[in-house]
Amino acid sequence: MITELGHFALILAALTALVQAIIPLIGAHKQWPRWMAVAEPAAGIQFLLTAFSFAALTYAFVVSDFSLRLVSLNSHSLKPMLYKISGTWGNHEGSMLLWVLILTLFGAMLAWFGGNLPPSLKARALAVQAAIACAFFAFILFTSNPFLRLAVPPFDGEGLNPLLQDPGLAFHPPFLYLGYVGLSMAFSFAVAALLEGRVDAAWARWVRPWTLAAWIFLTIGIALGSWWAYYELGWGGFWFWDPVENASFMPWLLAAALLHSAIVVEKREVLKSWTILLAILAFGFSLIGTFIVRSGVITSVHAFANDPERGVFILVILAVFMGGALTLFAARASVMEAKGLFGVVSRESMLVMNNVLLAVACLVVFVGTIWPLVSELLFDRKLSVGPPFFNLAFTPFMVLLGLIMPIGAMTPWKRGKIYNALRQLLPAFVLALALMGLVWAMQSGRSLLGPVGVFLGVWMICGSAVDIMSKTGRGTMTSRIGRMWRLPRADWGKAVAHGGLGVTIFGIAGLMAWEQDDIRVARIGQTFTVGAYELTLNDVKDVQGPNYIATTADVVLSQNGEVISLLRPEKRVYPVSGMPTTEAAIDYRFLRDVYVVIGDAQAGGGYTVRTYIKPFTNWIWAGALLMALGGALSLSDRRYRVAAGARNTATSRVPAE
Amino acid sequence: MMRLLLILCVLAAPVWAVQPDEVLNDPALEARARALSKDLRCLVCRNESIDESNAELARDLRILVRERLVEGDSDPQVIDYVVARYGEFVLLRPLSGGSNMVLWLTGPAAFFIVLLFAAIYVRRRSSTGSQAAIELSSDEQKRLTEILKD
Repeated sequence: MITELGHFALILAALTALVQAIIPLIGAHKQWPRWMAVAEPAAGIQFLLTAFSFAALTYAFVVSDFSLRLVSLNSHSLKPMLYKISGTWGNHEGSMLLWVLILTLFGAMLAWFGGNLPPSLKARALAVQAAIACAFFAFILFTSNPFLRLAVPPFDGEGLNPLLQDPGLAFHPPFLYLGYVGLSMAFSFAVAALLEGRVDAAWARWVRPWTLAAWIFLTIGIALGSWWAYYELGWGGFWFWDPVENASFMPWLLAAALLHSAIVVEKREVLKSWTILLAILAFGFSLIGTFIVRSGVITSVHAFANDPERGVFILVILAVFMGGALTLFAARASVMEAKGLFGVVSRESMLVMNNVLLAVACLVVFVGTIWPLVSELLFDRKLSVGPPFFNLAFTPFMVLLGLIMPIGAMTPWKRGKIYNALRQLLPAFVLALALMGLVWAMQSGRSLLGPVGVFLGVWMICGSAVDIMSKTGRGTMTSRIGRMWRLPRADWGKAVAHGGLGVTIFGIAGLMAWEQDDIRVARIGQTFTVGAYELTLNDVKDVQGPNYIATTADVVLSQNGEVISLLRPEKRVYPVSGMPTTEAAIDYRFLRDVYVVIGDAQAGGGYTVRTYIKPFTNWIWAGALLMALGGALSLSDRRYRVAAGARNTATSRVPAE
Repeated sequence: MMRLLLILCVLAAPVWAVQPDEVLNDPALEARARALSKDLRCLVCRNESIDESNAELARDLRILVRERLVEGDSDPQVIDYVVARYGEFVLLRPLSGGSNMVLWLTGPAAFFIVLLFAAIYVRRRSSTGSQAAIELSSDEQKRLTEILKD
């Protein structure tokens, strides 16, 4: 019964979206306030209906209602409760429902908190948002309906893919979708602005918090996914340049570019048409990502529901929205004349450079991702594009970005003298150079990766510190530090996020340059040495888990005879799917991780044991968290809270809750 | 077809990446084998190198690579040997010849073209750029200053 209500609510939500996509648009065009006002209650109702529908599906998973096709295919009565709930979005249909739930959530947030927007801009943005929702409601209802019943319910379900039975599933997809789908707001605002025919500083100020929020969520989502892959897949890779990962990375790059170009529009009223284009493309890449993940045209390790019919549907959605928006852009871009002038050396031109690098980096990732497909279709060459390509073709742009970032961050607006910024940054540069030389001298190999990573990391982190100190003016150190805490949060956000990127780059370079591994057969009781550590395989025994059987090893990790920790790597077999998984045991430390995996029992006695020493791995995710934190600090800056609408004008209405 | 491949991967699963019995005694040779393995694709898997893959076929390829190295092949010779048998698809680092020029040159070419456009744009805005004269109406100006005030 609840299932049918959920299904019905979903259909009603689709109809509401249809109304919301049409009526306010006509209203905004004809300047009819009542027609425009339809958007706000409709957005609220749409969200509540979708939320109810999603709750109904979650309920079906929680009570293991196997008469529902989706539940019987993806769940099992013995599964722990956490995975019954998170299993709701651990499959194609459920995750699509989560996708639109978040889409409608953003629409509702705009309706409820966008009180200070001009009514016609708001009505148009909400209408565009609803049009996207319409397309995806149709996609769910016609190709991926989660509410289909089975005539003969099975006795038990087929279970969830064991790789997905991890707390990571509970957090990674929701964050990722909040980011992906959040970019729809930038898109809706961009299209609404094109329809309005004007883009100004105020527009940039409205659109920037939404983009920033989406970018923060995307950052956290990608970092969580990468960490999940690191501990779950059994050999400690953190990024595979897999099409599905690239699908989330491309919107991230463009969203980062958009954040920066929106600052230029906000402060200086230039780069308007470029910013609009970025807003359209950023969401376009979200849609491309959805297509890549769900169509199966490009093979990926993250196999999802692959169905050509669904792929075609998403491709049509993509074509309609991107085609429509870009046509509109081509017709209207000339209206958006730039206002400000700036010198060749200025913050503006530095931010242009930032955008050039991020956009080209995104293009490289895009071409690399689709090249196997293009090559096979056009040139009849079946080939692969893997990590070696991306490492080579993508990295130079990030190195350049890292090099200019501290300088760009300190160059004044309009017509700057770069000399002043360079003078202040000189100590950071010298320190970074000195540490690079030290590392170069210390390491045995001739790899450039480590030294360059150290240089960039130190340069970017210290550069951010110099940036924040430079804002405190003159005076004694104590008075400057006192002033430092009273700086606007946006300044802190910028410094923290920039420093975070430095931390991540350093972590990646350190891990790739100095990783050590060891593969061997160890007998019980045997001690062996890996790098500076001794490991002892104490015991191996079988343990019964809630829905799996595990082979658990006791490994003692010690250094110079002192015990550091006891590690318990596991190998699990899930009888329902017959699939094995590895659960690596990781000793996380500030400077390095020790990562131990237990393998099979060997015919001659003993077990395969794999040990990796991974320096600075945590820095990768710590840096990502710092970037997200920096974004959050910026988002909480007073000027956005003011702009986010405490004001109630005659045109804004009480939310329909 | 995809499903079959997946099943193959799953069936072959309890073998985990590089096995101790595959490792060569000569550390220099083993290091070369590991480096080569990272550039070769496991053919039955989804986008994994044979160094990471658990499939039986990946194991065969790893052993093949090591056999060639023990025979005294140079790195390019090993790669050629594998490509001759399994095709270009096996390479995770695509060749740069022919149509793949497009792939490899996209980044640098796009960078210089975009940079050129950006330079032209910046120059125009820094010198004679026309001061646009779209003024806000007084009402909008008032709203804007109110918002900008903080």
